[in-house]
Amino acid sequence: MDALLLQILNGLDKGSAYALIALGLTLIFGTLGVVNFAHGALFMIGAFCAVFIQGLLNLSYETIDETQKDFLGNPLKVKTPYLENWFGPETGGAIIDWAVPLAILFAIPVMIAVGVIMERGLIKHFYKRPHADQILVTFGLAIVLQEVIKYFYGANPIPTPAPSSLAGAFDFGVLFGFDPNAIIYPYWRMIYFVFAMSIIGAVFAFLQFTTFGMVVRAGMADRETVSMLGINIDKRFTMMFGIAAAVAGLAGVMYTPINPPNYHMGMDFLVLSFVVVVVGGMGSLPGAVLAGFLLGILESFASTTWATTTIPGINQVIIYVVAIIVLLTRPRGLMGRRGVMEE
Amino acid sequence: MSKNELTRRSMLKAGVAGLATPTVFAGAAWSFTNDPQGGAVTLGFNVPQTGPYADEGADELRAYELAVEHLNGGGDGGMINTFSSKTLDGTGILGQKVEFVTGDTQTKGDAARASAKSMIEKDNAIMITGGSSSSVAVAVQGLCQEAGIIFMAGLTHSNDTTGKDRKANGFRHFFNGYMSGAALAPVLANRYGTDRKAYHLTADYTWGWTQQESIANSTEALGWETINNVMTPLASTDFSAYIAPVLNSGADVLVLNHYGGNMVNSLTNAVQFGLRDKEVNGKNFEIVVPLYSRLMARGAGENVKGILGSTNWHWSLPDDGTRAFVQSFGTKYGFPPSQAAHTCYVQALLYADAVNRAGSFNPCAVVEALEGFEFDGLGNGPTLYRADDHQCFKDVLVVQGKENPTSEFDVLEVVEVTPRAQVEYPADHPMFGGAEASLGNCNPGA
Repeated sequence: MDALLLQILNGLDKGSAYALIALGLTLIFGTLGVVNFAHGALFMIGAFCAVFIQGLLNLSYETIDETQKDFLGNPLKVKTPYLENWFGPETGGAIIDWAVPLAILFAIPVMIAVGVIMERGLIKHFYKRPHADQILVTFGLAIVLQEVIKYFYGANPIPTPAPSSLAGAFDFGVLFGFDPNAIIYPYWRMIYFVFAMSIIGAVFAFLQFTTFGMVVRAGMADRETVSMLGINIDKRFTMMFGIAAAVAGLAGVMYTPINPPNYHMGMDFLVLSFVVVVVGGMGSLPGAVLAGFLLGILESFASTTWATTTIPGINQVIIYVVAIIVLLTRPRGLMGRRGVMEE
Repeated sequence: MSKNELTRRSMLKAGVAGLATPTVFAGAAWSFTNDPQGGAVTLGFNVPQTGPYADEGADELRAYELAVEHLNGGGDGGMINTFSSKTLDGTGILGQKVEFVTGDTQTKGDAARASAKSMIEKDNAIMITGGSSSSVAVAVQGLCQEAGIIFMAGLTHSNDTTGKDRKANGFRHFFNGYMSGAALAPVLANRYGTDRKAYHLTADYTWGWTQQESIANSTEALGWETINNVMTPLASTDFSAYIAPVLNSGADVLVLNHYGGNMVNSLTNAVQFGLRDKEVNGKNFEIVVPLYSRLMARGAGENVKGILGSTNWHWSLPDDGTRAFVQSFGTKYGFPPSQAAHTCYVQALLYADAVNRAGSFNPCAVVEALEGFEFDGLGNGPTLYRADDHQCFKDVLVVQGKENPTSEFDVLEVVEVTPRAQVEYPADHPMFGGAEASLGNCNPGA
């Protein structure tokens, strides 16, 4: 029982990332009909927004410490962050410590801008082209974005820790009457799950309860009719691209304390997120979220020692096996609509 | 020991075969592959320039460029000044100016073979060196053996490279999984006691398998019990599903047989799950990372503090060779070299010296010069290139993540220099292919 709960918990944070990326992918596909293979790169750029803010907050000046030597035997240059100089070591240190949450404020406008520029500058030219062309051009864009990040930040992962007050893990086992250490779960992963649910809820509320959202939903259902009513639906869809980019970017920002970001992290999530979209049903927002969590939890179960010893390699194929089963039994995915990608 | 076929009879046979059979590595039939002409010799540096180990590859390339500069008489000479062999005088190799070409392994066996093949065929590289992965090293070593080219391995830690996959034309300066286990186990027993239960997470490929076997054997010999070993896919990025069950398994030590991004993520996840703060079986829970890389350890940030592992070399060593190399490298590039850079620089010098001592670029003459060669002054103390398997034997460093680093490069500190005698093993050791493992015949190519 404790192992069951443990793997469900483990699956939630991974599922949260899948759900957020798949949600953005579905938003873009549902509004613009574009299969965006650069979406994983948006997740990665979001993560590097956190790296950038961490670097910015750590901007330092150098002083020479004659009592210590550097690796060449010269007097050591000691770096002190400006923030610690301006606000004192405690306050300045606390601000630096909260770099990741602060990066959210930076990432939202940056990611919306990146999304809008990406859509207006490149992707709009491929609306009427076959999906294969869209996949090729967005995949190429993803590689370019990766290489740009690698040029500036290198290939190695960059540690981007959570605030120290949010480090550590909570012992759920004790809460449910199990032995100590039976079910432990890091605080930051809990925060990630709650954050993901909040973002998903906000996107759904935005689409459901605002006039802008209503127009977008109408446009997703029948673009031509909405245009004939004199509404500039293209402009709204461009904004939705920006919002989808922001969702992916925020998922990336908050993921950095879970695994130190590197330039390739978007690709690690991209393929799985596409499987999530297909399993959930192309164009279905609730389907993307449901499939994200479902596959995240299944993947977690498949990685247990019991599963890997019973069926070796199951942890590497489980998501694809589930995708095959779902597509054989429900060809439109779990919550797919008739007519989407069926022309 | 490889069978050296550099005899008049074998030369004649090779010549006849060369004339009769066109090969991809065709050259002068009476000679050897890529015999240098025109006053210059070309070395092929095959390193990861793209992919996850690109930063390590870049450091290897810096070291090779520095080695070429020193071999040609530029700079301060670096470790040439401290090297016990005195054949290198700044006039290149055998009086020929050293030039180089580079290839990108991408940390993929097929890509690495393709780039090595291109450097041999198109650029006439006389020797191939570099790399940051054991699967790549094994693949390129096999190609060089077929091509009649010397392969001086870069960073490769799998027992297999000089074990079951050893080749007469291949040489490894870097240490291996067995040596890590032999060096680390006594320190672990000393620090954490002999009554420990270890849980291994192991990268599912040649390096992970041999390292896990080595560490488990060494620690079990000192009383530890290995209660589980879970293979993790090389492509894994999140290890939470593997780490969460560890505390409930009865284990009180987690051994991470991971390298590079795998190591950074698994260690970060383990610390996130609070493993280091727990007490199991009445003891503090401990984490061990048997193979450390400073470049990679930086990625794990504060999580490496206090965690034990092993390395081939570290820039903080006080010997003359290390100081000369760090001074030279640090002055040129502004930061200290990594262990990957060190082993690559040393391999370039060892090859050049072997050619000078042999008086020939012929690969079989070079093999003969390197086999059983004992040297000093290159940063690891007295070292032997064993003739039986072409593995270097030298002291091994046990290190731990530094608690109070003074800079971003000051990540690890040496806690013990394990003497060479403690990490030696017979060439027919079962972990290295047993009695069946053989170098085969030296191949001069052409």
